[in-house]
Amino acid sequence: MGAQLRVYKRRIRSVTATKKITKAMEMIAASRVVKAQRKVAASTPYATELTRAVTAVGTGSNTKHPLTTEAETPTRTAVLLLTSDRGLAGAFNSNAIKAAEQLTARLEAEGKEVDTYIVGRRGLSHYNFRERKVVESWSGFTDEPTYADAKKVAAPLIEAIEKETAEGGVDELHIVYTEFVSMMTQTAIDGRLLPLSLEEVAEEKPAKGEILPLYDFEPSAEDVLDALLPRYVESRIYNALLQSAASKHAATRRAMKSATDNAGDLINSLSRLANAARQAEITQEISEIVGGTAALADATAGSDK
Amino acid sequence: MAAELHVELVAADRSVWSGEATLVVARTTSGDIGVMPGHQPLLGVLESGPVTIRTSDGGTVVAAVHGGFISFADDKLSLLAEIAELSDEIDVQRAERALERAKSEADASAERRADVRLRAVAAR
Repeated sequence: MGAQLRVYKRRIRSVTATKKITKAMEMIAASRVVKAQRKVAASTPYATELTRAVTAVGTGSNTKHPLTTEAETPTRTAVLLLTSDRGLAGAFNSNAIKAAEQLTARLEAEGKEVDTYIVGRRGLSHYNFRERKVVESWSGFTDEPTYADAKKVAAPLIEAIEKETAEGGVDELHIVYTEFVSMMTQTAIDGRLLPLSLEEVAEEKPAKGEILPLYDFEPSAEDVLDALLPRYVESRIYNALLQSAASKHAATRRAMKSATDNAGDLINSLSRLANAARQAEITQEISEIVGGTAALADATAGSDK
Repeated sequence: MAAELHVELVAADRSVWSGEATLVVARTTSGDIGVMPGHQPLLGVLESGPVTIRTSDGGTVVAAVHGGFISFADDKLSLLAEIAELSDEIDVQRAERALERAKSEADASAERRADVRLRAVAAR
């Protein structure tokens, strides 16, 4: 076998191995998307009921709460960025990071100081590499977040917003995550989580012409709101974590699918080249033989003379 | 047929139980409360404790609930809990072990959680 042909054969073998790996990763990601979507669906009843309850308190009483009151001049905000622990997901992480950076720039232009909180190793290493300050970060659960993880993330954020701004607390909380629109579309979006405007929550509810009853609060409207709002924030963060996980798996699936397709194309063109090289080798051998015989025939013909 | 109320018991990550009931007893921060059909609209904060649901077919469902809310309106009752377990889902031996461990580590909240689980099983 000629050298050229051997090189092509070796490359085909290595691309075939890569293709097998990406194909396997694609299939794993596809099954995980389904699982993640199911988890999003499973968490929906809790979120809906909680939204209902918050709406009920919001409309049924005039209670004020630190989590719902807007600071007159917000000077410091917290941004929570949700990324994944692992890459190989196309532009998933860079899109989320880009959205967070745009948001940060916008908030800074408004004269606010920005504290960054990050979930996922990818986002953290991006910020660390650029030597930007990260207040707190979490990782290790982005593939399959549980409610306990959401609580862990929410706790310091709620604490920060309840603290006075002068003592290092924050006035607002923004969250940047990747929304799972469909299998093919995932968009990085940012939204303000706190302070919560109760009117907005009420509007979020589908208007079915439903009139909320006048609730009797046990023990009191303030206490109920006190207990409800942190849970509401946790549930929103949990939902964002789940959507982000589903989006990550969908992005991985897509990235791995195109990698598999590319590997297939590469194998095709490499086998064409290998065929051409083999053919060239054969042609060369034939012409060498033919040339050799001709030369031999000439030589014998000459000696006959 | 006696009046019924529709109960949804949901935990943060799943829906635990739903069905028709005639009476639901839950523990709020200001004491046990029993809800029957036609009760005034109510929104309360739950304590860790067992929730007893008397179903319309005469059976009883007991669940251990750790923190959450009860809301009732229009004969629809929702129990929202961060963690909720039905009594027949609870592994008694595991709960007992958890209780002992919590006692030895003097972890009051873990001890209460394990205790609530065991009480829910005992009430079954």
